[in-house]
Amino acid sequence: MSNINQSGWRPEMTPERRASDATFTGNRALMLEEALIFEIGSTETTGVEVAEPAKVASRLGGLERNAPIGLPGLSEPEAVRHYTRLSRQNYAIDLGLFPLGSCTMKHNPRLNEKMARLPGFADVHPLQPVDTVQGALGVINELAVWLIELTGMHGVAMTPKAGAHGELCGILCIKAALEAKGEGHRNVILVPESAHGTNPATAAFAGYTVEDIPATAEGRVDVEALKARLGPDVAGVMITNPNTCGLFEREMKTISDAVHAAGGFVYCDGANFNAIVGRVRPGDLGIDAMHINLHKTFSTPHGGGGPGSGPVVLSEALSPYGPLPFTERHPDGHITLVEEETVGDRHPHSFGRMCAFNGQMGMFTRALTYILSHGADGLRQVAEDSVLNANYILRSLEDTLDAPFAASGPCMHEAIFSDDGLPEGFSTIDIAKGLIDEGYHPMTMYFPLVVHGAMLVEPTETESKAALDQFIGALRSVAERAKAGDESLRSAPHFAPRRRLDETLAARKPVLVWKDPELAQAAE
Amino acid sequence: MRYFTEDHEWVDVDGDIGTVGITDYAQGQLGDIVFVDVPEEGKTVTKGDEAAVVESVKAASDVYSPVSGTVIEGNADLADNPGLVNEDADGEGWFFKLTLSDPDELKDLMDEAKYEAFVAKL
Repeated sequence: MSNINQSGWRPEMTPERRASDATFTGNRALMLEEALIFEIGSTETTGVEVAEPAKVASRLGGLERNAPIGLPGLSEPEAVRHYTRLSRQNYAIDLGLFPLGSCTMKHNPRLNEKMARLPGFADVHPLQPVDTVQGALGVINELAVWLIELTGMHGVAMTPKAGAHGELCGILCIKAALEAKGEGHRNVILVPESAHGTNPATAAFAGYTVEDIPATAEGRVDVEALKARLGPDVAGVMITNPNTCGLFEREMKTISDAVHAAGGFVYCDGANFNAIVGRVRPGDLGIDAMHINLHKTFSTPHGGGGPGSGPVVLSEALSPYGPLPFTERHPDGHITLVEEETVGDRHPHSFGRMCAFNGQMGMFTRALTYILSHGADGLRQVAEDSVLNANYILRSLEDTLDAPFAASGPCMHEAIFSDDGLPEGFSTIDIAKGLIDEGYHPMTMYFPLVVHGAMLVEPTETESKAALDQFIGALRSVAERAKAGDESLRSAPHFAPRRRLDETLAARKPVLVWKDPELAQAAE
Repeated sequence: MRYFTEDHEWVDVDGDIGTVGITDYAQGQLGDIVFVDVPEEGKTVTKGDEAAVVESVKAASDVYSPVSGTVIEGNADLADNPGLVNEDADGEGWFFKLTLSDPDELKDLMDEAKYEAFVAKL
């Protein structure tokens, strides 16, 4: 098979004389240079002719604007071209394999899009009378039933709008349950080192003190250390399973039992549910709350392509505390919304609301389409193929890159490598930048923190063996260049629209708002 | 006299005044540092408490106070130039100074030779 990477630049196509191949426009054939919108549009021009507004007496009490607002005036084709040109400098799942670990960048099926655009789903308003949106409410209700069934849990809160929002919802349920038991004094949440970074942030945001639990050498939670820390001040634990080392927490049931025996609750970060959907039901592992990223496991677009959606499944113990509103299907098939006005005494312990309305309707439609088009057997195969693909990458590259947990058994949905074995002066970032030249978005780097110079690769079930082989070939080639001390790698990327950016300067002195260069200079 | 912790902080003690920073090894592990948050004057810190925050392009970390005491000065230069920690972790890149409330705590810390041996094993 060919080594040529169909998804990006072919190195052998690069002109030999880079210094002298400048074009008049700065464009290189289909690779178009594009200035910032403020630099191409003048405030003197406009794409639309609008009559000068009639003078009206201001009632703003002297606070009215007294200088031009400074918006660039572009015609419609100019504006369309601007954003289309910029989009061509970007990478997307529709262009190629997107190995960003922990993010589950899988294909977004077009059938999802077709369903989400049906007017009955796309053109509804959350304040419409419920009798006029029975189809949309039916989607929410049926998706809720599927999520409960797939996770073996008791209830689900559909409204959280992303993974971390779901985490907060779950932790607020735990807090409400503890307060109802008169144990609101429990103020510590335990978070293992191998958890997602949002977990400690969520616990802290909800008012808890966060304590670390170490990982074992094989990359799993140190169960003995966790058990030793349990006590009357511990509200619960937040465990990511499969964890960010790409490993399944085999002792999950033992952990849950120990936490429950100590009076705490178990939150599971379900961001990596893709690896176990259809194979493992978190409810069987004693989990009390888990968010599900519809935009990961259930293929709705994300990473700039669409909003997230993070429903939270809840155990029987936590369900009474879940947020409003939720859908309720009556025996005659009619669906109503249970809200503050209609809840009566049926759900008296709800901690409140996560958002104004009913959640991410467009994502519910896409996720349910994905579930129904796969069926139970198809979802099981999703998990199996995603794990198989990750293990194929792990075993194909462990001879070239250091794989710290290679001996810990099969990985789950993602393979992790470290920068161990790279020569002095070369690091993970050089590998990542080299991959850009090969036409790939880089993998997740320097995360999780427990692995030095981590490279986290998640291929998902989307990719064929041919696509995996090509990616493995590219990553192997870049890694071998690093190991051979190829200095050109340290200034990669060479073929991207921009060379290596000064990320340190960008972080130290961020320029977040465009300023007229003349005015900016005058200000300094 | 300079003392070290296993979390890679150092404290330089002169009378009852201690100057705290992170070690050169620590800055090397963090990579390019982009932000440092130092404690304000008057803040009381207990040994082992989170006293400062350091962020690099790779990670954010808490800096623990190696000793207990009252902060008398945070290094204001780090706000504009956090890169000082990368350039001179042992000197100009210090984080804060404090008045020690319990000099006996120093006994639990490592001296330079012990710290070097500790790092060599990592």
